[in-house]
Amino acid sequence: MIADSQTLLQIVSRLALVLLVISMALAFFRLVRGPQAADRVVALDLISVLIVAFLAAYAVHAGDTSFLDVAIAYALVAFLGTVALARFLLRSGRAARAKRNQKGDEC
Amino acid sequence: MLSAIIAATLLIVGSLFCLVAAVGMLRLPDTLIRMHAATKAGTLGTGFILAAEAVAADDLGTTIRAVAVIVFLLLTAPVAAHLIGRAAYHRGVQLFEKTWIDELDHTMKNKQADPDSERPQS
Repeated sequence: MIADSQTLLQIVSRLALVLLVISMALAFFRLVRGPQAADRVVALDLISVLIVAFLAAYAVHAGDTSFLDVAIAYALVAFLGTVALARFLLRSGRAARAKRNQKGDEC
Repeated sequence: MLSAIIAATLLIVGSLFCLVAAVGMLRLPDTLIRMHAATKAGTLGTGFILAAEAVAADDLGTTIRAVAVIVFLLLTAPVAAHLIGRAAYHRGVQLFEKTWIDELDHTMKNKQADPDSERPQS
């Protein structure tokens, strides 16, 4: 039995960090495999949420709460990135469909 | 010691939720179903881990910051998921073969498949 609370938190937060890294690797596998652009954007979104979780777990591990500020800033930037990618997807999808429709008219 | 045990439990539960989200990301059959895993399980797991940090630090400032991150995630995750899902659907993403109802498809056919036309004309 672990008597010291600090040791318990050290061990458990290290375990949590390992699990989060495994999760990120799985999400990264989906990012590489695709198969469509939308799948990659969803994988990137999950990875950014996992990075926020990783920062929080590392704040427990290091006993330094300033990593939470990093988590706040990263969450803001990641949300903007996801929105930008989604808008890009929507726009490029529209362009592709317009091209398809044009070709359909010519035929 | 009690707060350490609570924090440890929250850490384990949160990281397991994150792992489930990642496994779902890998195993589920199509983009929109995968978003279900990524958005809900991922946000819940991250919320648990942030709560663990708040409990472990046992400090008002840290708790407020952790709650701020949780609230921010809960506000932005649905917005981001909605935008991605909308973009993916309008790109004509391949749906799972066992999908048996697609109500948006019906709507889109009525509106001549133009995503702009669903906006109110003001």
